[in-house]
Amino acid sequence: MLKIKEVYYFYIDGFKSMKVGKTLWKIIFIKLAVILIFLKYVTHDKNFKSEYKTYDEKVNFVYENLKGN
Amino acid sequence: MEEHLVDWSRAQFALTAMYHWIFVPLTLGLGFIVAIMESIYVKTGSQEWKKMTKFWMTLFAINFAIGVATGIIMEFEFGTNWANYSWFVGDIFGAPLAVEGILAFFMESTFFAVMFFGWDKVGKKFHLVSTWLVAIGSNLSALWILVANGWMQHPVGMSFNPDTVRNEMINFWEVLFSPVAVSKFLHTIGSGYVMASLFVVGISAWYLLKRRDILFAKKSMIVGATFGLITSLFLILSGDESAHQVALKQPMKLAAMEGLYEGKTEAGIVGIGVLNPNKTLTNEEEAFLFELEAPYALSLLGYHDSSAFVPGMKDLVYGNEQRGIIPTSEKMKKGKEAVQALEDYKEAKKRNDTQGMNSAKIILDENMKYFGYGHIKNAEDVVPPVATTFYAFHLMVTLGGWFTFLFAILLYLTLKKDVSKYRLLLKSAVASIPLGYIAGEAGWVVAEVGRQPWAIQDLMPVGIAATKISTTNVQISFWMFAFLFTLLLVAEVKIMTKQIKIGPDGGH
Repeated sequence: MLKIKEVYYFYIDGFKSMKVGKTLWKIIFIKLAVILIFLKYVTHDKNFKSEYKTYDEKVNFVYENLKGN
Repeated sequence: MEEHLVDWSRAQFALTAMYHWIFVPLTLGLGFIVAIMESIYVKTGSQEWKKMTKFWMTLFAINFAIGVATGIIMEFEFGTNWANYSWFVGDIFGAPLAVEGILAFFMESTFFAVMFFGWDKVGKKFHLVSTWLVAIGSNLSALWILVANGWMQHPVGMSFNPDTVRNEMINFWEVLFSPVAVSKFLHTIGSGYVMASLFVVGISAWYLLKRRDILFAKKSMIVGATFGLITSLFLILSGDESAHQVALKQPMKLAAMEGLYEGKTEAGIVGIGVLNPNKTLTNEEEAFLFELEAPYALSLLGYHDSSAFVPGMKDLVYGNEQRGIIPTSEKMKKGKEAVQALEDYKEAKKRNDTQGMNSAKIILDENMKYFGYGHIKNAEDVVPPVATTFYAFHLMVTLGGWFTFLFAILLYLTLKKDVSKYRLLLKSAVASIPLGYIAGEAGWVVAEVGRQPWAIQDLMPVGIAATKISTTNVQISFWMFAFLFTLLLVAEVKIMTKQIKIGPDGGH
């Protein structure tokens, strides 16, 4: 229990004493939000996984592309 | 597949990969430089070295934080823009990327926290071990993605399953220790070390030019220049092995790197040259408007034999019976047989015709190594963009030579003379920081443009690898990525510059 508390305060104190780090964390969160939420749902709403649900559908789709014209 | 869409998907991947590569090399190299500085601090107990370690560690953290997750975009793109490719490569890509994710997440994130939060909370030695583990962890993360890339350049250790239309890994060690993957990994991390060293000597030079923090700058210069010189020499050796592997596994890329249309023995390397823009495979024009050649060097570099025959683009496209090189048209024929065999297999399976499946599988296996050629329309299409490959290669090599000289002279002057008096050299060191990035990007251009039209060498051309999605979507996301990454780059430069101006005595 003591160890868990020590680890907890290790991180809390570390985060509290950050200077440049605070700005960096803001950048990380904004960046992740843009990448994971906006791009996934806005620009690529339809993709291979969402279009072809089952394994066989995926195999067929790729096979159709591989077998040529 | 619509060519316009494929081009946009390629442009998008190139953009994200090249921006990603702006952040990665500094993490790879600066991690070790910081670990070396901290080792000296632990050994000597000198507060000056502790201050130095903390300063460079802060710059390492800025780069790490801004660069982190930029690689995720490429993994998204594999699924969205390159679904055929992602499916076709199967677990060969999945396994290394999974190992990378686990290593990157657990190793780096755990010890990263100790490295930054643990200065006064854990013992000196434990802190030092954490710093080294962050450096090693970052490099191990790079290993797995480079193994995957090495496989794309030279696919080994797998078997194609016509039922699932996927490649299945049959020998993990063959994939991991493929000579192409090994030389790619060593050469790539080596370039990261050199770029990080340029960063350290460049910033140290800036302090010396500003006549501030002189002792700090000189000590940093010694570590940066020593690490840079050693890793530059390592880069030359790994580059030699890399070129040897290209000669053996991707001879078309080597021919494009050197603008070599006609194969020859005792082939030389063009040291400086201007390609003739009117030269094609079929006309008789000279390949160069101007060239200065180092005799025998290409035969020696490519095959470790000064009299070896180096095939040119013409030999590889139209064949050379005397040298045992089969023409691309023959490979295309075998490729079409492989594609047809896959269709026959699938048809036989539908009919529950086991014998038909077996005979189709035999033909497929016999011709599988040419599978991608079944989708090539003209034999000449297997030639990559020659000018881009040639100039990128020569730019990389020239800059590499300059960096080696710069490290050597900076180290000598810092140790033996008063380096701060050599202001022109110091200015050159500052100017060399962006040059390091240009050289690194040029290296990737050689590796990736030079292997066109292949997404997977000989197995899958980019036109087949791409997903049929809306071109408009790809265009929108291209510009969004361009905007986002430019914003990140501006943020990186701004925060770094501010921190550098604050100097080693400022807050971290």
